[in-house]
Amino acid sequence: MQIYADNAATTRLSDTALKAMLPYMQKEYGNPSSLHSVGQRAQEALTDARSRIAQRLGCQPTEVIFTSGGSESDNQAIRSVAAFGKLKGKTHIISTAFEHHAVLHTLEALEKEGFTVTLLDVHGDGMVSAQQVEEAITPETCLVTIMYANNEIGTVQPIAEIGEVCRRHGVLFHTDAVQAVGHLPVNVAEQNIDLLSLSAHKFHGPKGIGVLYARRGVPIFPLIHGGAQERNRRGGTENIPAIVGMAAALDEACDHLEEDSAKLTALRERLIAGLSNIPHSVLNGHREHRLPGTVNFCFEGIEGESLLLLLDDKGVYASSGSACTSGSLDPSHVLLSIGRPHEIAHGSLRLSLSPDTTEEEVDYMIGAVTDVVAYLRSISPVWRNLEAGIQEFIIQ
Amino acid sequence: MALYSAKVMDHFRNPRNVGSMENPSGVGEVGNAKCGDIMRIYLKIENDIIVDVKFETFGCGSAIASSSMATELIRGKPVSEALTLTNQAVVEALDGLPAQKIHCSVLAEEAIKLALKDYYDKNGIEYDHSQFPCCESCGHCHAH
Repeated sequence: MQIYADNAATTRLSDTALKAMLPYMQKEYGNPSSLHSVGQRAQEALTDARSRIAQRLGCQPTEVIFTSGGSESDNQAIRSVAAFGKLKGKTHIISTAFEHHAVLHTLEALEKEGFTVTLLDVHGDGMVSAQQVEEAITPETCLVTIMYANNEIGTVQPIAEIGEVCRRHGVLFHTDAVQAVGHLPVNVAEQNIDLLSLSAHKFHGPKGIGVLYARRGVPIFPLIHGGAQERNRRGGTENIPAIVGMAAALDEACDHLEEDSAKLTALRERLIAGLSNIPHSVLNGHREHRLPGTVNFCFEGIEGESLLLLLDDKGVYASSGSACTSGSLDPSHVLLSIGRPHEIAHGSLRLSLSPDTTEEEVDYMIGAVTDVVAYLRSISPVWRNLEAGIQEFIIQ
Repeated sequence: MALYSAKVMDHFRNPRNVGSMENPSGVGEVGNAKCGDIMRIYLKIENDIIVDVKFETFGCGSAIASSSMATELIRGKPVSEALTLTNQAVVEALDGLPAQKIHCSVLAEEAIKLALKDYYDKNGIEYDHSQFPCCESCGHCHAH
């Protein structure tokens, strides 16, 4: 069996999206900036995709800026608001400890430029509250940037309430919604969102394309200087096939959002129940406020990379927050932010499902993970110590 | 996965000498769970020959493979020869390790040396202290 359970990393391009893209590779290959009819047909495709995406987000087409993806959108949103804030003497930014690195590293860079950053505690359950945001706002605050759903543990934040607090205090609110768009209901107007980042390949669209939504009136500066594309906010010839594919994928995801969400939630619950039977294991993140298809566990006494490699041998493709898989010496900052000690965070596993995942596959994964964890524990000196009572279990 | 050589994957999937040992002649443990890898080596030594060796490892694929290969390299060897084992020999026997994983081979070398030191200490055998790593579980993560 081959089970791709890493949909939070990236998804398979949908047939609908691929079909929508193909004509724009060779047949309609025009540059939308060209005045001739070949270019104008590309321009029409661009306009159509923009308005469809705007409709799905609940905004105006002029508020949609096409970018290369989530990281660029996060960088541009934060950099733009920070630059504007600085002009007005507002150099304080509020965020959380478990944001994506595209946000955290941008904030670190801004700190070196004199900004003050408050990273809110996300508690043991990976949740931040509107009240915490309100308490952190000062007269110097120019921006609040908080992710809609966490990419590792899948917890979903009270975005509309946070947005309401920000609006009441006259502070701009950005949300990295890369994991949420296409999976959870999004309406920027109703949810009081000023800026939002999304990435197409997280909802079965193509890679290398995304959107920065910026509400009308929010100052946006280009990161990439060039032509007048995207109303002077992002230079460079538009990636028409990818943009068309993104619009098709988003339409498809939103059209099936309710049924997919119900199906995924049932599978997720089955998976959580099955993995919870493994002794000394713990689910990471709030039990209810989570993405329909994301499950993240820690297993005591084992390390994540060896878990992934053995699961790969069994045809299960997953991810982990261990240091060895992150390429650094520390395990996932997300797991550390919810209070998991290093030795536990090294033994983490993320399984992220798609609407194509079946119940049979979930059962197979439960069996595979159970077997691999038992095997790795059988060769682990840490597990031996825990069982002998020389060391105390951290996960009961 | 292409991260590791076929040799590493073989020793990871089918580790040699894995397990624990009753009444070992010497035991060595290095690493730190906080850093994500711990190795424990058990030696059975008779007439100055390593007649049996076992290991237990908490760690990534290369940590398990390095332990497995290191135990293979010293099994049946005289103590004096085992003492000359280097992490480089482990890396070479595994057909290489990625740069960020070299520290796993260092842990394997250190675990074996500590097990040999334990054997010397238990049996009151004199030895040159400079032959051995500075300490067990230095408390910091190896950043090789």
